[in-house]
Amino acid sequence: MKILVPIKRVVDYNVKVRPLSDNSNVDLNNVKMSVNPFCEIAVEEAVRLKESGQATEVVVVTVGGDESQEQLRACLALGADRAILVQSETLLEPLAIAKVLVKIVNSENPNLIILGKQAIDGDNNQTGQMLASLLNIPQATFASELKIDTDKALVTREIDGGLQTISVNLPAVVTTDLRLNEPRYASLPNIMQAKKKDLDIQNVSDLGIDVSNRTSILSVELPPKREAGVMVESVEELVEKLKNEAKVIT
Amino acid sequence: MSILVIAEHDNNELKGSTLNTVTAASEIGGDISILVAGSNSSTVAGQASSIAGIKSVIHVDDPLYENFLAEDLGNLVVAVADGFNYILAPATTFGKNFLPRVAAKLDVQQISDIISVEDGDTFKRPIYAGSCIATVKSSDPVKVITVRTTAFDASLMSDGTATVDSGTPVDSLNNSSFVSDEIAESDRPELTAAEVIVSGGRALGSSENFKIIEELADKLGAAVGASRAAVDAGYVPNDYQVGQTGKIVAPSLYIAIGISGAIQHLAGMKDSKVIVAINKDEDAPIFQVADYGLVGDLFEAVPELTNSV
Repeated sequence: MKILVPIKRVVDYNVKVRPLSDNSNVDLNNVKMSVNPFCEIAVEEAVRLKESGQATEVVVVTVGGDESQEQLRACLALGADRAILVQSETLLEPLAIAKVLVKIVNSENPNLIILGKQAIDGDNNQTGQMLASLLNIPQATFASELKIDTDKALVTREIDGGLQTISVNLPAVVTTDLRLNEPRYASLPNIMQAKKKDLDIQNVSDLGIDVSNRTSILSVELPPKREAGVMVESVEELVEKLKNEAKVIT
Repeated sequence: MSILVIAEHDNNELKGSTLNTVTAASEIGGDISILVAGSNSSTVAGQASSIAGIKSVIHVDDPLYENFLAEDLGNLVVAVADGFNYILAPATTFGKNFLPRVAAKLDVQQISDIISVEDGDTFKRPIYAGSCIATVKSSDPVKVITVRTTAFDASLMSDGTATVDSGTPVDSLNNSSFVSDEIAESDRPELTAAEVIVSGGRALGSSENFKIIEELADKLGAAVGASRAAVDAGYVPNDYQVGQTGKIVAPSLYIAIGISGAIQHLAGMKDSKVIVAINKDEDAPIFQVADYGLVGDLFEAVPELTNSV
């Protein structure tokens, strides 16, 4: 079984992002970039399936600029076998990324595609579902448990009311939630070894698809700031304020 | 303009998220139809028809839609969508699951999680865990949108007199199937609809200790929430999680106990009307968004609070 894991280079989750001074977009100058945390979970799950003998090859792919090679190498260091960079000078939207991934799926023919449920930059939560839709294959989003049973995947999903388990025929798209696994840290020997693994570079313009943006960002602003409140000294004072000042309890 | 809202329900009852989504639709303006797809769901279709301001209900009742599998529901929405200018669903795990499938089939770039309607093409939405708000303009001829439910009031269910028309199911690809649900049964209010929420974090230390959160919640008639850390540690189930990737809530009163206030948690609760934080670390970021902060040992403060409300 071959597994394809699409990943994304995003601002590190510890960075507090701010708008540019002209409010045209977010300020990404000199901020730390990382593999999207949900994508790391996807890579980890694929690597575990390989380690347990259920998968034979793990291929990571991303759509982005040259600098995304850094994140692909990080995934190779986590245990992926090879990487594909589809170069794009512009930042593509989820629909366009899904279309690019369709091309990669058609040439790689994976049995399973695992990707993060959302990227922590745009918070769109779309790419996996769009890819499954364009391929006309089933999906299991927000996975917290994944079991492979020959030609099916049994997936437990985190939904608003609790958990749901579904069965999907392979090939399928699975998107990861936080509790699917805890990704490992890459060891130094694995980081060194990752430098020697294959990283194939293609260009999005050679794929013959329309990746033009359908939306434009008119402005990016800080959300309305919450004023810091008051510190109370005791539970008694807290209850008094909640009753008489905020009037939220009786 | 014509707008199609996809109803979220459990085959017995319309979920409140549908009512928030209808309000977003009415802010766009136009004839609003609601699709109720389910199994043995005529009660829900009836409820939908009573929502104020609705023109019609399209009811598709078939065992195929009993569990709202994304493949079948997505294909149905694509079939029903013909002629509509807008397709809206709540940005809950229900809507997030199937709506991007619809958008892709229609060759539309979906706009996720809108918090306001600026005009017919332009919407505001949070990005980077709500650190920034983007104003986004869509050039697609059809708009496919998920709606952040806490950003829009619920539409009223009362005087509506919409017609209910039966629709036809779409053949299934039969490539996915429902196995089981583990839905938590609780007498407490639902997290996303609660007026008061009491949330606990990692500082609780165990699921046993989490009971003090539940006792306070029960005294206040509140829902119980948790930070990601508390869920990861196994103190409470996943559906308690409030935050960027969990539930987005905006109650009248949110009491954060033993929660440090990581940006990912703040993303899920900072629109609450009144925020109370109880934490032993006076530098915890949660105090920066709290209206009332109390520095202290939660194991003393919380039982005392429970006894005095």
